[in-house]
Amino acid sequence: MSLVLEDVKLVANLARIKISDEEARTTLDQLTGIFYLIEQMQEVDTSTIVPMSHAQDVVQRLRMDVVTEVDQHELFQSLAPQVEGGLYLVPKVIE
Amino acid sequence: MEWEIVVGLEVHIQLLTQSKIFSGASTAFGGTPNTQACAVDIALPGVLPVLNRGAVERAIKFGLAVGAEINSPSIFARKNYFYPDLPKGYQISQYELPIVEGGRIKIQTGNDINENTKIVRLTRAHLEEDAGKSLHEDFHGMTGIDLNRAGTPLLEVVSEPDMRSSMEAVAFAKTIHSLVRWIGISDGNMEEGSFRCDANVSVRRLGDEKLGTRREIKNLNSFRFLQQAIDYEVEYQKSILENGGEVKQATVLFDSGKRETHVMRSKEDAHDYRYFPDPDLLPLEIPQDLIDKVMKSMPELPMWRYRRFIAQDVDEYRTFTEEESRIHSKHPMQLSPHLMDYGVEEVYALSKYDATMLTTDICTADYFEEVVRIVGCKNAKLCANWVIGEVAARLNQNDEDITTSPVSAEQLAELLLRICDETISGKTAKDIFGAMWHGEHGASADAIIKAKNLKQISNSDEIRGFVDTVLIENPKEVSDYCKGKEKAFNFLVGQIMKASKGKANPAQVNEILKEKLDRKKCE
Repeated sequence: MSLVLEDVKLVANLARIKISDEEARTTLDQLTGIFYLIEQMQEVDTSTIVPMSHAQDVVQRLRMDVVTEVDQHELFQSLAPQVEGGLYLVPKVIE
Repeated sequence: MEWEIVVGLEVHIQLLTQSKIFSGASTAFGGTPNTQACAVDIALPGVLPVLNRGAVERAIKFGLAVGAEINSPSIFARKNYFYPDLPKGYQISQYELPIVEGGRIKIQTGNDINENTKIVRLTRAHLEEDAGKSLHEDFHGMTGIDLNRAGTPLLEVVSEPDMRSSMEAVAFAKTIHSLVRWIGISDGNMEEGSFRCDANVSVRRLGDEKLGTRREIKNLNSFRFLQQAIDYEVEYQKSILENGGEVKQATVLFDSGKRETHVMRSKEDAHDYRYFPDPDLLPLEIPQDLIDKVMKSMPELPMWRYRRFIAQDVDEYRTFTEEESRIHSKHPMQLSPHLMDYGVEEVYALSKYDATMLTTDICTADYFEEVVRIVGCKNAKLCANWVIGEVAARLNQNDEDITTSPVSAEQLAELLLRICDETISGKTAKDIFGAMWHGEHGASADAIIKAKNLKQISNSDEIRGFVDTVLIENPKEVSDYCKGKEKAFNFLVGQIMKASKGKANPAQVNEILKEKLDRKKCE
């Protein structure tokens, strides 16, 4: 699988990262190197191996369904640039 | 050209837990903005999600109720997109290995309860967190963000594209809505957004194998809008195809005011969510004892209650049809009465219509059975008529539901017992019921009968007295009847009932009047 410049730009756009053409080309080179490593790994037959979903071989612990948190919105909102009537204010985005 | 409509639904159901899916913040609706959004919900650095057992149990309960597989392990994944009401920049959801896979729902597709049913297959149901709310008005061009809803547990149920009309889609949504309330995993409150639908709609030439290109209508929060949106979308797609055009895949929103859909985003800039397993959450193993525990908490499912209500006797209830046996071998939970002891084996031989009406929600079914328990099984039909008729009509009028009925099951039963022992007529009972509804005499039927002196007159000598008086006072009607005018009979009955102030036993009045008139006829 080979990567082209457009792929890099698409991923950057999806990740909301602004990059120049120069940076895109550098990134393409770096990513192509990583893809080369992946290609090598893909030569190993993994058809009988269950994909790993987590690096640790332990399972999820569950929490009892009880409310344990208290209202700390004033503390949290002291970090926010703009607040009104308890709401965080952000630039308008309508998609 | 004949077109076939193809619809698949995604239903987002808020699960009725105390706390959020990954944090200990409250899920209560309507709190002051951001007072129920903790560090995990607003995605402060360094926090970790911890999965809520209550959400897992409710998802399992749904899976068992629809005869699905419960996956173990089940994996949580990150669905990446940017929006201000999603502070992490990703939603924790499930992609590969959702907690519930497969399953089926039986829907009623027409008015004929005996004929029109259909099975809709479920693809999957997965757990995820809800996003916060964006308020776009009144903030000097800015958007206000309330994260109280962020992290509320959702179960997203995805159907196969098995529906062929907007009506079927609505029937499916209503069945799911009723089921989740029945098994108590959600309040299903649509005004508060606890139950929201997305509809995938496409059309194809009748007979085509291949599905047409679909458009997805997002965020429909009422059954009416669901129907209207699909109807509009179908007409739109048909008109494009009939004019030789091509439907382009897109996500659309329904404008309920204009009753039309408009494009939210087209496929070209469709989100690529870049799902991957969330490293913050370990694989969820579901031990058999957890499944057993959830199974024990399962109420008798609506389909089984329906089956019990219509059965003529216990043997019939216990005997499976061939189709049921076939399903049983595949989906043991769907045929649970044999596996589970609900402690109830009463059957009522009701009509399918009555049973359907009584099993639309669990509270109505419970209310009905409580009434029957007191009044007696042999009067089950009378009880059904009252619950579906008088009680439902009054509740509808006042926009109430049966849990807040001013007349309790016990109080209704007291009234019906008086009909059964002929203390009052059915007609008088309706008047008494009206008085009970308004709380007169502590809503006690016996107290009202006594206070208003409504006890039915069943003494035949007394009734003969009324009949004789009315026959003397109405010679014209009497002679009309003798000449063969049947209508005169009803008039005379009316007069007798009036003379007795409505208290004469109507059956006895009919009998005595007929006997007397027939004697006159012969004269």
